[in-house]
Amino acid sequence: MNIIVCIKQVPDSSRVKVDPKTSTLVRAGVPSILNPYDHFALTQALKIKKATGANVTVLSMGPAQAKVVIRLALALGADKGILLSDRAFAGSDTWATAYALATAVKKTGPVDLVMCGQMAIDGDTAQTGPGIAYHLGIPQITFCDDISASNGKITVGKIIDGGHQTIEADLPALVTMTMPPDYEPEYPSFLGAFHAQEKPLETWTAAFIGADPAKLGLKGSPTRVDRIFPPPARPKGQVFRGSAAELSAKVIEILKKENVI
Amino acid sequence: MIKILPNCIGCGKCVSICPFGALSLVNGKANVNSACTLCGSCVPNCPVKALQMPPKEEEVKDLSAYKDVWVFVELVNAKGALKIRPVSLELLTKGRKLAAELGQNVCAVIIGADNGAHFAELSSYGASKIYSVQDPAYAQYNTEAYASAMVKLISKYKPAAVFYPSTYTGRDLAPRIAAEMFVGLTADCTGLSVKNGNIVQTRPAFGGNIMADIICPNHRPQMATVRPNVMPKEITAQGSMAQIIEEVVPVSPAASKVRVLKTEKDEVGEVEQLDEAQVIISGGRGLKTKENFEIINNLACVLGGAVGASRAAVDAGWKAKEHQVGQSGVTVKPKLYVACGISGALQHIVGMQDSDIIIAINKDANAPIFNYAKYGIVGDVQQILPKVLEAVKQTKK
Repeated sequence: MNIIVCIKQVPDSSRVKVDPKTSTLVRAGVPSILNPYDHFALTQALKIKKATGANVTVLSMGPAQAKVVIRLALALGADKGILLSDRAFAGSDTWATAYALATAVKKTGPVDLVMCGQMAIDGDTAQTGPGIAYHLGIPQITFCDDISASNGKITVGKIIDGGHQTIEADLPALVTMTMPPDYEPEYPSFLGAFHAQEKPLETWTAAFIGADPAKLGLKGSPTRVDRIFPPPARPKGQVFRGSAAELSAKVIEILKKENVI
Repeated sequence: MIKILPNCIGCGKCVSICPFGALSLVNGKANVNSACTLCGSCVPNCPVKALQMPPKEEEVKDLSAYKDVWVFVELVNAKGALKIRPVSLELLTKGRKLAAELGQNVCAVIIGADNGAHFAELSSYGASKIYSVQDPAYAQYNTEAYASAMVKLISKYKPAAVFYPSTYTGRDLAPRIAAEMFVGLTADCTGLSVKNGNIVQTRPAFGGNIMADIICPNHRPQMATVRPNVMPKEITAQGSMAQIIEEVVPVSPAASKVRVLKTEKDEVGEVEQLDEAQVIISGGRGLKTKENFEIINNLACVLGGAVGASRAAVDAGWKAKEHQVGQSGVTVKPKLYVACGISGALQHIVGMQDSDIIIAINKDANAPIFNYAKYGIVGDVQQILPKVLEAVKQTKK
């Protein structure tokens, strides 16, 4: 069984701050990390590998420094890494990204299961996984919180609006994984990191995967960023201080004033 | 990618500004990598005008054949009956305004097993046409079945725009359709407007730190998923009846590759109460224990409101995940939101900042929640809330 896990290197958005004077993002010193949803998807792929002996390849599209997250995935137990890197991919929106990743997945040979994080924390779109599934012509199950595989099928737990489903799907298929709220990404052992040095990490270009240039980068991206701007400033509220008795009286006064009681 | 001219002085200003981390300093000059999305944020900020957008090379396509604003109608099972998810009605309300600006119609698209029951309500929210695909096999949402039906409708009737709820269902369906039709899709929008004949789709990025306007000038339809509870819904055409267009679309055979074995519902009643509640009392880390959190439940009860919780309170096990307000929980827009012992991490803020009135009670005067509150109460929730509860009880007597 061949599993491909699509991963992305992202800035740790929980540490991005806004400069209150200029309203621009302050990224200096913000570390790059493996997107946490992808990290969880990878651990689930490795769980299947342990149970079935599956072969796990990680695939990432990005600049050369994205090799760092591929090496991390190899150290955690993936068998092979592929970095899709080419200036032709610059400016890709989710459409072009999905097309490029799907074309690379095809290039790897027969694949049974493609796994993605539900979204990247620097974009929050959750669109690339379904796009890859379309381009591969395989079913997708999104927002999954659990997965197991056997006999050409997968069984997944999936979050739906106001509930949860258990779903069975024929392989090949693509799943996107959410993560438990308390998920703490695990980091590799020294031995894992040591062995990762010997694992293959290839860099593939647009030409190598045979991608159609009209579907890459800006040309393959229907969306354009028209403008980026700071969120609208909010009117200053009133602040009250005092003893607990004074403040609770103030709350009651506000509730009355606003016609809540 | 952004072009960097030789007069770059290597000041590094653009490096800190780039929202995508695509710029760095190499050998004392700015350098751009393929993470660049050509958003243009850096260009006006360069003190020596060394950054340049590449020339536009796109041909202008004739898109005049594409007309009308479509809204995908999501149905939800509530207490045994199917009803229209409110966000679809919010989108019809907004869609009607946008369509009027474009001189076009707003239309509803409904896929299901028994659609007729919803026609009157969709009409009253302004739909002038309803495209209906009905078959018992569409009773339950299935990505492949719904996506292929939507692709067939879109290909045949050529709408200018299609909006979907930003729900688990909408965010599963829309990207599949966008991939097949080679059209743009903007995720989780909080604003929609018209500019030069295009729909401008506004969405927060980086956890709400910045906003981005997205357009799709050369592809139709323009598609977006739109966050529930950020736009008002309004009956605009009471008593009118839309034109009904029935389409027969056989269910895609590929649909059977994915089979639902079991569906479990959360405390659905309560969840819906939360995203439709007019009053929400929300508790966070400042409550300290599960026992202390009980005061939030009691306060919500006497004020006739719903109970919300921050991620910290949910992670600590004080309240079920269904009550979580924020980016990874529910987005709410009540008339009154009382944040008790919640510091106001961005991921919480994006889920409640559109509430009409926000009261924040927190010990830490520097907590970010106070930047969003109309009324900030600097004090200990554990001392203040019991007194508030007693006083509210007194006034109710």
